[in-house]
Amino acid sequence: MESVGVIEAAAEKLAAEAGLDEDQQSHIAMAVREAAINAVLHGNEYDPARSIHLTFENTGTDLIFTIADQGRGFDPDSLPDPLAPENLLRGAGRGIFLIRSLMDEVHFRQLHPGTELTLVKHLAPASGKT
Amino acid sequence: MALAIASRDVDGVTVLDLSGRITLGEGSVQLRDAVRGLIGKGQKNILLNMGEVNYIDSSGLGELVSAYTTAKNQGAAVKLLKLTKKVHDLLQLTKLYTVFDIYDDEAAAIASYR
Repeated sequence: MESVGVIEAAAEKLAAEAGLDEDQQSHIAMAVREAAINAVLHGNEYDPARSIHLTFENTGTDLIFTIADQGRGFDPDSLPDPLAPENLLRGAGRGIFLIRSLMDEVHFRQLHPGTELTLVKHLAPASGKT
Repeated sequence: MALAIASRDVDGVTVLDLSGRITLGEGSVQLRDAVRGLIGKGQKNILLNMGEVNYIDSSGLGELVSAYTTAKNQGAAVKLLKLTKKVHDLLQLTKLYTVFDIYDDEAAAIASYR
């Protein structure tokens, strides 16, 4: 789980280097952290024989993060809505919601085995650029 | 930085001054143990001073909710004091702002237990 902190810091650094403000850096770091925790905890179920695979990329127009685990996979559409009154007092189940809220795009792809999340943050065009 | 917890009593209310991060593996367990320990000892009035909590993740949010519900089920009350902007924004995003009693002023928070 210590590696999650390293992953979080690396995502924040990439966001800072892309010129995003502190709030956006923090949002990206948190989203990537949540995705990495999900991959280790729920995807790979703490199995040291399974690994997670990450890619970070600045395309110039977007920051793109992929986090893939080797778990059993899941259906993101089947997750309970954490904002529903009956779920508000649940002690868990907010990770994917936070990721979706903090990033501009989130895509899920089922691997065999595993799940790959792609998190995208759009970069604003540089000021003065036509 | 992990979570540091200091406890003090003010007019029958136990104030836990929290400092650091409430995240999976870095603070959630300490917070759970502290709150459950107080409830186990019969303390009904618990105020979490969040003024120095600069980071919370989904696990930490879940721990706050668990503290709230555990207390409520035991006839106790867990309330929040002095949210930092990051924690405030996350509580709003997750609608947990509507669940907790939240105060900016400690004296007002203490008075609310009477």
